[in-house]
Amino acid sequence: MLKSSLGAAAVALAAVYALVVVPAEGQMTTMINGSVYASYGILALSLALIWGYGGILSFGQAAFFGLGGYAYAIAALNLGNTWAALVIAVALAGASAAVLGYFMFWGRISDVYLGVITLTVSLILYRFLNQTAGDEWTIGSAPLGGFNGIPSTPILTLPGLPDEPLSPEQIYVLAMGALFVGYLACKLLVATHFGRVVVSIRENEMRAELLGYDARLYKLGLFTFAGALAGIGGVLFANCVFVSPNMFNLQTNGQLIIWVIVGGLGTLAGPVIGCFLLLMLATFLGTVHQGGGTNWFDPNLVLGVLLTLVVVALRKGLLPLAIAGFDAIAARRGQRGRLARAADPLVCEPQAE
Amino acid sequence: MVDITRRTLLTLAAGGAAASVGPFYLRRAQAADAIPIAGIHDASGGIDIYGRPMINCLQLAVEELNAAGGVLGKPLNLVNYDPQSNMQLYTQYATEAATKQKAAVVFGGILSASREAMRPTLRRFKTPYFYSLLYEGGVCDRNIFCMGSTPAQTLQKFTPFVMKRFNGKKIYTLAADYNYGQITAKWIKKFATESGGDVVATDFFPLDVNDFGPTIRKIQAAQPDIIMSVLVGANHNAFYRQWVAAGMKNKIPMASTTFGIGNEQLTTSPEEQNGIIVSYAYLDGIQTPENKAFLAKYTKRFDDKADPVTEGAAMTYHAVNLWAKAAELAGSVDRDKVIEALETGLSFIGPAGKTTIDPATHHDTLDVYIAEVRDRKFNVLESYLQQPPADTAAVCNLRAHPNENKQFVIDVKV
Amino acid sequence: MDYIVIIVLQLAVTVANLALIAAGLAIVFGMMRVINFAHGEFLMLGGYAAIVSHRAGVNLWIAMFVVAPLVVGAVGAVLERLVIRRLYGRMIDTMLATWGISLALIGLVTVVFGNTVSGISPPLGSLEVGRYAIGRYELLLAVVCAALYGGGWLLLRRTSFGLIARGTMQNRTMAAALGVDPGRVYAVTFAAGAAVTGLAGALIAPIAGVVPTIGAAYIAKAFITVISGGAAIIAGTLSSATLLGSINTAFAFAFSPVLGEVALLAAAVILLRLLPQGITGRFFRKSL
Repeated sequence: MLKSSLGAAAVALAAVYALVVVPAEGQMTTMINGSVYASYGILALSLALIWGYGGILSFGQAAFFGLGGYAYAIAALNLGNTWAALVIAVALAGASAAVLGYFMFWGRISDVYLGVITLTVSLILYRFLNQTAGDEWTIGSAPLGGFNGIPSTPILTLPGLPDEPLSPEQIYVLAMGALFVGYLACKLLVATHFGRVVVSIRENEMRAELLGYDARLYKLGLFTFAGALAGIGGVLFANCVFVSPNMFNLQTNGQLIIWVIVGGLGTLAGPVIGCFLLLMLATFLGTVHQGGGTNWFDPNLVLGVLLTLVVVALRKGLLPLAIAGFDAIAARRGQRGRLARAADPLVCEPQAE
Repeated sequence: MVDITRRTLLTLAAGGAAASVGPFYLRRAQAADAIPIAGIHDASGGIDIYGRPMINCLQLAVEELNAAGGVLGKPLNLVNYDPQSNMQLYTQYATEAATKQKAAVVFGGILSASREAMRPTLRRFKTPYFYSLLYEGGVCDRNIFCMGSTPAQTLQKFTPFVMKRFNGKKIYTLAADYNYGQITAKWIKKFATESGGDVVATDFFPLDVNDFGPTIRKIQAAQPDIIMSVLVGANHNAFYRQWVAAGMKNKIPMASTTFGIGNEQLTTSPEEQNGIIVSYAYLDGIQTPENKAFLAKYTKRFDDKADPVTEGAAMTYHAVNLWAKAAELAGSVDRDKVIEALETGLSFIGPAGKTTIDPATHHDTLDVYIAEVRDRKFNVLESYLQQPPADTAAVCNLRAHPNENKQFVIDVKV
Repeated sequence: MDYIVIIVLQLAVTVANLALIAAGLAIVFGMMRVINFAHGEFLMLGGYAAIVSHRAGVNLWIAMFVVAPLVVGAVGAVLERLVIRRLYGRMIDTMLATWGISLALIGLVTVVFGNTVSGISPPLGSLEVGRYAIGRYELLLAVVCAALYGGGWLLLRRTSFGLIARGTMQNRTMAAALGVDPGRVYAVTFAAGAAVTGLAGALIAPIAGVVPTIGAAYIAKAFITVISGGAAIIAGTLSSATLLGSINTAFAFAFSPVLGEVALLAAAVILLRLLPQGITGRFFRKSL
């Protein structure tokens, strides 16, 4: 039990740092970077939930991130009320996940085929939005903008004051707050009866069905929730940068899978940590080379080599590795780390592939 | 004998480590007195072909200014950021440059989307911003200066020139499917119609398309007199190859508003490129003493990394010099003073000829050249001096509305 | 009439293109269940190998048919030894590691060769059909593609290596019990897949050009083709390439190239919903 309270303490400490210390320091760069990372972090959380706990490997989870962002931008431009737009966007992201989930789970599609279908859906949206630069692609008063996206995406306003857009500092607090709330919501969800059934389906779908649970329904519920969560991430991203088709592309989807694996599949905090670390690394790499000469710090080269090494050298992600390290230390001290761990329902072992 | 103690050894080791970490930290630590400035261009990822020559020219301009004593007697301290062809990094780095590095000015942005990702941030943090690539026009914001040519500046002369040279009236336009391509296609149609011709068809291609087979068959069916290419990026390069492979090269002549801005003259073969007509505000084939001297310095400085100088790169060079001139005139690098100085209609004569800031639009009046591509070189056929940014001027007047802050979609009346 | 002829030729070229870029992936994914995310970069390397060696004076055809497959096959063998071998049976980890390799290769090629490599023009001129014309080189691709798949079929069906390879893929333990070294079979298969990909990359280089990031244009299409095909690698990949290629061409002619691409992707989604095991999960089940 010591360990789970340590974990809770770490999360609480991170929350205090992100929500109190950073805003008090007022370093703008940290806050803008933090807002972008937090919106991607919510997306990572959404995949961590369905893949790590539900065993649903969606290669195209960014589809709901993008849909949330676009729905928000279009609704906000047309309605003028950004909070209504937020609600619409999240509902739409969840609803599209429900429709796609119904299509897949009732068709009994699983494994890599499910991955390919979700990725393809994301790529279809990418291609579709990419070719909407023409005048004919306008929804109400919102031009879709094609490749360039919608730079005029409105910023969320103070509730009740439609003419007062939030400052970047406020967006930062909102995004970070949403990340922590989202994390807690997922944590609670997997601890409920619903969450346990979902994990049992991941472990053995047929056995769960024989026990009387409709696996399709449970998977659909989880997938819909995660879609809505990704949608929230998309809305926040739209508020930090603006929406563009790149939210749906192969790179975004690939990065997302990398965050989850590097951070640790089967945990919730791990993928968020993976997301933050890798984005920070990419941001740093962009400032290393100062023009002229050969750049051996090419971001692709560094990230690629690092990623390959991590996969080959570490079988698990960073967080499970840290937990295992903690266990080893605890065991040496005579505490019964392994037993404590087995009794902790919130730590799931990553699925053996 | 030198008495080597452990301490000196440690100092040596630390010094060695610092040196091996590279000039990056040293440069940052070095000059408290220097003026910080920033460059934000893609040096990796799919858009890097556009970014690299721009980064080179920025570097060269800064080094020259520093060698001549800097600006206001202080050296410039340039930091380059590489957003890796990734839009959110543009927003992040713009913030970092403006608030952490406290840059006096930012040069950068390549695709329009990247400019729009930075513009609000730099405006908010009161950091003047120079955007140097040719683009679709219409940006209206007192904090930004758009140095590149816009479609009306080049196409007004170019379209009739092409029709006359190729003695044809039916144009088939192939354009990249984003704002620049869409708007450029409209201008082509407008000027073609005004010159008594017609655009028989316009096809748009997203930037990741590289199969043009069906399109080439469609062109063969339509039998136009002229192909106008507004294709952008490495994938679209494939069109020039497939065009030649289909045996079309000597059947229908081609003109382009984009060939060469991404090193196309190097990536395609002479067989594919010879005879294509282009128009820009800068071409490396310009035969002026300023340009020849500039190219000599450029080649000497960057050697095998000397990517061909594009319009965007030359305009970056002009932009740095215009900013420095304005700062000297204002006696300060304060944003408002520099902008006021630039708004006096400052001009700079450099490799691209004369560029003059247009105070009403914050675009420039510039010289436009028409050239033919031959064996990886641009041979200038015609030049038109001091073309005003008429398209943006039709929608934007910062003198009357200094608080304007948007990109207008220019309504092209065909 | 001319129009029909040219459409049929265009169709053959599109299908052959799809089948070519998917061939190497069909080998490594279809036989070994290795999701190779660096497939696009293997294509890119094939293009670079051909063009760089041709610039260095090698005959174009030798550069394409010999140098490129050798170079990329060797790269594949090295990567198999260093990375893939450690990850067999861990599909997701392999995918991730090959994603890393893919990024590293893009970075490495950018650093070493830069992003501005002049291409080669497609040789052989063009074939005229009335007012239309199509590149002879593109037609040659269709022929090479047919030969490649025919050769693959013969290799798997008629040679003892083919038998051993198929056996090892079906039951590794049994093959090992019969004295086959499964590790070697996997290594050879992966290198062969890489070599075929290198050949494909070299063949498409003259019409597509080479840049370090070109792999991204092909990777999704190649995957969708292979997975839609299902378990039988040759019949599956060929039939899905034919189906998806036809849909793509039809929409590209009738509407626009973009809609052609979107239609291809949409068709794959519907196909997988109707036939969750791919085309050969239902049809041609006995084939290879």
